[in-house]
Parts: sequence; structure tokens; C-alpha cells
Amino acid sequence: MNEKIIKFVQGNEACVEAALYAGLNFFAGYPITPSTEIAETLSARLPQTGGKFVQMEDEIASMCAIIGASLTGNKVMTATSGPGFSLMQEALGYAVMAEIPCVIVNVQRGGPSTGNPTHVSQGDVNQARWGTHGDHAIITLTASNHQDVFSITVDAFNMAETYRTPVILLFDEVIGHMRERLVMPEKGELPLVERLKTSVKRGVDYHPYLPREDGRLPMSDFGGIHRYNVTGLFHDMWGFPSSDPAIVHGLLRHLADKIMNNENSIARYKEYFLEDARTILISYGSSARSALHVVKNRRARGESLGLLELQTLWPFPADIVREKCEDAKCVIVVEMNMGQVLQQVKAAVDNPEKVFLANRIDGVLINPTDIRNIMRLIQGKGV
Amino acid sequence: MAKPKLKEHLINRNWCKGCGICVHFCPKKVLELDSEEKAFAARPQDCIACKLCELRCPDLAIEIITE
Amino acid sequence: MAIKDYIRERFFPHMWCPGCGHGIVLNGLIRAVEELGINKNDIVMVSGIGCSSRISGYLDFHTLHTIHGRALPFATGIKMSRPELNLLVPMGDGDALAIGGNHFIHAARRNIDMTAIVMNNRIYGMTGGQYSPLSGYGTLATTAPYTNIDHSFDVVKLAAAAGATFVARSTAYHVQQLTDVIKQAITHKGFSVVEILSQCPTYFGRKNKEGSAVDMMERMKDITTPIGSKAKKENPDLIERGVFVNEDKPEYCSEYNKIIERAMKGN
Repeated sequence: MNEKIIKFVQGNEACVEAALYAGLNFFAGYPITPSTEIAETLSARLPQTGGKFVQMEDEIASMCAIIGASLTGNKVMTATSGPGFSLMQEALGYAVMAEIPCVIVNVQRGGPSTGNPTHVSQGDVNQARWGTHGDHAIITLTASNHQDVFSITVDAFNMAETYRTPVILLFDEVIGHMRERLVMPEKGELPLVERLKTSVKRGVDYHPYLPREDGRLPMSDFGGIHRYNVTGLFHDMWGFPSSDPAIVHGLLRHLADKIMNNENSIARYKEYFLEDARTILISYGSSARSALHVVKNRRARGESLGLLELQTLWPFPADIVREKCEDAKCVIVVEMNMGQVLQQVKAAVDNPEKVFLANRIDGVLINPTDIRNIMRLIQGKGV
Repeated sequence: MAKPKLKEHLINRNWCKGCGICVHFCPKKVLELDSEEKAFAARPQDCIACKLCELRCPDLAIEIITE
Repeated sequence: MAIKDYIRERFFPHMWCPGCGHGIVLNGLIRAVEELGINKNDIVMVSGIGCSSRISGYLDFHTLHTIHGRALPFATGIKMSRPELNLLVPMGDGDALAIGGNHFIHAARRNIDMTAIVMNNRIYGMTGGQYSPLSGYGTLATTAPYTNIDHSFDVVKLAAAAGATFVARSTAYHVQQLTDVIKQAITHKGFSVVEILSQCPTYFGRKNKEGSAVDMMERMKDITTPIGSKAKKENPDLIERGVFVNEDKPEYCSEYNKIIERAMKGN
């Protein structure tokens, strides 16, 4: 067996390594802290393998450029932070409507507005879900360490191809900038999903927007042998605009169902000591590191504490959360916002009154002592 | 090369919206709008097959067929 | 091939108003492609939002109908991926120069090989006649009921200053020139801009008492002149028509290929 390659990298670099592993060959972006290392690294790495990198005039243009590049058959990505993510929302909705695979990395900073560019936050959870207008489903993934950043980034590309949808990677400043060990998976070690191409031959009528029975849409590379139309308007199976109520209804249902019906296969999570846990912490991203520290520490002292670390934030894995928290007396959501995942957990569990929030919203990483102090308050023990 | 000679004005009545551009700019005043506001060749014998009507038609409704 | 071989006939008659100049642009564009003999499978048309953007749906090319103002960055992603394809990007005046103004100047600056066609009817038609950045000082619009105090861009000067390597202007009246400059623009390697003055009798014409489509086209004859004409010297207010810029400059995708070569060699 070959020696594994071990790197000591930032989370942003781990994301780049994974994207290249997954087959990324087109990136468009605009500099913004704390995501910029992704663009910088890719500007050097992509052309080494014949891929393309372009720094666009803004985040709107970046999002549009990756959609164009994806249509022609590329695996594509852009990376940004809150303000840039806001600018991308209209084109992101276009990718949802036109069913164009793409990966958008948002390395979160504090917001709203310019906010706290060099500090950590997890304030964009709801923006990832509802940032673009209109009813839609979206996939959003996250991770708490660089090995997981790698595998979840590969997952993001795979899901983008499987469901023909934008996938959002919602990292945070701590994950993006922190350095830690990354063991590079070997080629073939992680499965890769390639674009499902149409088998319809040249000259035969191709229906770009006629889903197969399993909901998947075989694609013809734009600019290739089939000429067709792509639009952000509601459209028929040929891709031409339609406001026929049956077509509008059918397409909207398709866009939502192809993701919501696969909620369980999209769900990624990790669990620690949940079997007998009376108190369950639920966390994700960098705050899950602190939560895990608390859990391990208190377990060593005999407390029945567990951690459910979410890696899929959207579609929210409500069934899994409900099931895992069924027997818990107390559920504490640890996050760095004013309770965005808390709301989801409250809606998911049988008894929302047992769900509490342990958070920080001041741009400082929530640490184990913070969590411990809040737990003592919740348990009525004082600080 | 001899000048092309008119064979036929092919006017698609379903596409013509009766804007009158072809009628107004025809150098030989060949075309007119009928009672339904559709273009037709009232004086085809005067046509010099310059095709300006075909080129200027916003509705792609005119085709000049030459011999 | 005949004109009908380039269109999606089932969508005709098209949705544009009677006498709309955009139909004439469509007409001239098809002739340009036909005369150049480009295979329609080698053409990608990317449009934005507005009356102008509907042109893509009528043409049997690879057609991408995108979002307002952003056609050029979508086209940039396609062109960089498939540089051998011909990219045509028709835009309205608001689409290209208000919401899309930033993308317009940056695409020009990069000199990426595509043809931007600005169908300038000086109004937002689709939404019902609001003033655009090309309406001009003193015009009337549904959002300028007292008169427009916004000055307009000169598309030709803007494109040239931003670095477009081919810049031309014609009108919906001057159909032969219209076809000719589009042909030159498509053939040009680099970012080319063609401004076509197009009439909107429904909104701009009616609001500004310019009469019918025919009257508006007559006016195009009167207010324009070939570049450097004697008439222009006598009347500086005349709008010049013709090719203003036609120069060679390294093209973006070709330059990026050199980057790939360097990166692969490791320097």
C-alpha cells in the first residue's frame, strides 16, 4: 500500500483539494475575506491540469460564469462570504430553476452587511435556505474539521451532479483559516458522481427538461450536438417558457421533490455517545468542535452527555433529529447565531420545551467553557 | 450578372402585423396594406426585387422569390 | 439555407409589437449568420431580460435566456469552457448598460471573443416604458412624467473606452449596414460591440410623440450620418454610423491558454 499523503492546511485549502479531487475544472470568484484563499489556491492549481480560473468583476458575475461553464459540461465552483453570497442569490435561483449543477462555498463571517469580516459566525444558515426568492429546495452542507471538509466537499459535487442543483458549502471563518492535518484520500477512495449525460443521438428529439422516472435529468452539454433553450422562466420539457398552470405546478413540485424526497440520502451527520445520552448537544461547523470537547470531558466524569453533529443543514434532517433526541431530557443547540438551527430542532422534536440554545454572536468562537456555563444555567446550577 | 427578376412576393399573413414599414419604404410603391391590415403586392409588375421589404420586415413575414 | 432554417417557427408570429425594431435586428442577424455560413450548431446565443432578450427563444441556436443584465458573465463561462463556439449576446439598452453596465465594461476590458449587440430602443419596453440610461436628457417616460433629467451614455464611446476591440453602430432603418456590421463583429476576434438604434413605437415613440414605426425609422435617416461625413461637420448633433474601432489585441481565451501552458510547465 502507498504511503498516504499528509498535508497541514487551512480549511479553505482542504476544500480546494477536495474540489480538485472531485473533478472541479472551472472556478469563477471575487476576492472576499475569509474565503479568498480558495480563489488564490485555485488560480494556481486549476490551469496545471487544464482547468480554468477567472476572477470576475463581482460575485454576481462569478455565479453567472460558473452556471455558463457548468452547462457546457464542467464541474464548477465559486467561493465567497456573506456579502458576496447575498449578491449571488438571484443567479443561484436561476441555477435552481434551470437545474444546473454547481457548488457555492460560503465561508461565513459575522453579519449583517460588512459585519465582522475576519471573525467567525454561523449567521447564514437561513440565508442558505431562503436567500433566493420563491419556493425551492436547496442542499447545504458543512463540516467541523478538515478531513470532513474534504469528504463533504466531494459529497457536495456528487450531490450537485446527482440532483442537478446548486449545493452550498457553509463553512465558517474558523474552519476556513484554521490549519490542521489532512490525510489526502487516494484516487478511487471516495466515490465520485459524474454528470448523467443523455444517450439521445444527434438529430433525435432531445427533451432537456423531461425527468426520468427516478427524477434525474440526463443532460446534453450545452454547445454540443443538441440545440436547446435554457431559461429562468417556468418552462416545458423542451426548455421553452410556459405559464401553463399545470407546467408551472409540475416543475415547482419537481424542483422541490427531487431534493425533499431524498432527504435521508442527503442527510450527513456524526454522533457521539448518543445511546444513553440524557442531554444531547446538537452542533455543526467549528462550534461542534467545542461541543465535542465538552461531551468528551463530561463523559469522562460520568455525565450522560452526547453530541449530534449535523453536516447536512438543508434539507434539515428533521426525522434524524427527532429520532436521536427522542429519549433525551434536554437538547442544547450550540451555534454562533441567534438560534437559526435551534428553530429547526424545536420544530423537529416531540417536545420543543426541552430544547435550549447555547450560542455566541460576538465574533468569538464559542468555547467549551461557554457551553459549560450555559449548560449550568439551563440545569439551574448557576454559573 | 443580370439583375434578379421577381417571381413572387411570399407574404405570410399570419406573421404580418401590419406595421406598414414595407409599404412606406418600398422604392417603387409596390406594396399596400389590405382591409385586414396585412401587406400585399398591389403592383407586383413594378417590383425591382431589391428585397428591402424583406430585409426590413420586423415580422420575417416577407420573402421575395426571384427567377 | 433559408431564413426559416434559423428560426424556431412554432413560436411565430413573435411577441414583439407591430413595427418593433427588434424584429428587424432579428432579421438582419439571421442574414449575417447565413452570409457567414456559420453552422447554427456552432452558435451560442445568451440573452438577459427584457423585450430584446426574447430574441434568443426565436433562434435555432444553443440559446440561454438568463437574468436581467447578466448575459455577458454567463457567456463568459461558456466561452472560456468552449472557446471554439461563436457567442452572440443580444441585450437591450437597460439590460446592457444599467443593470448590466458593470459586466459590459469588464467583458470589453478582458477582450473576450464574443459579440455584444445592444438593441437600443431607449426605453424599458417589457415593463411598460420607463426611462433607460439611453433615453436621453429631455425625453419622456412613464417614470419621467415631467421630463428625464438623466443624461445618456454614448455606447460607442463607452465600449471603446472600456477596451472593446470592435465597435460599430447602425440602425434598424439601415438594414444592409446593420447586417454588414454584425457580420464584421462576429468575424472579429475579441470583444465586439454593435449598437443598433431600434424603434419602440409602443412606448418611446408614443411618449415622445415620434409617431409610428415608419416615422421613427424616417427619423433614423435624418438624425444619423456615416462616420466622418461632411454632414457631421456641418451638424455635430448627427449620430454617426459605421465601424468606430477595429483593432487587434490579445484575446482572453487565447491568453488563458498560454496561462495553462505556463502552469503545466510549472513556471
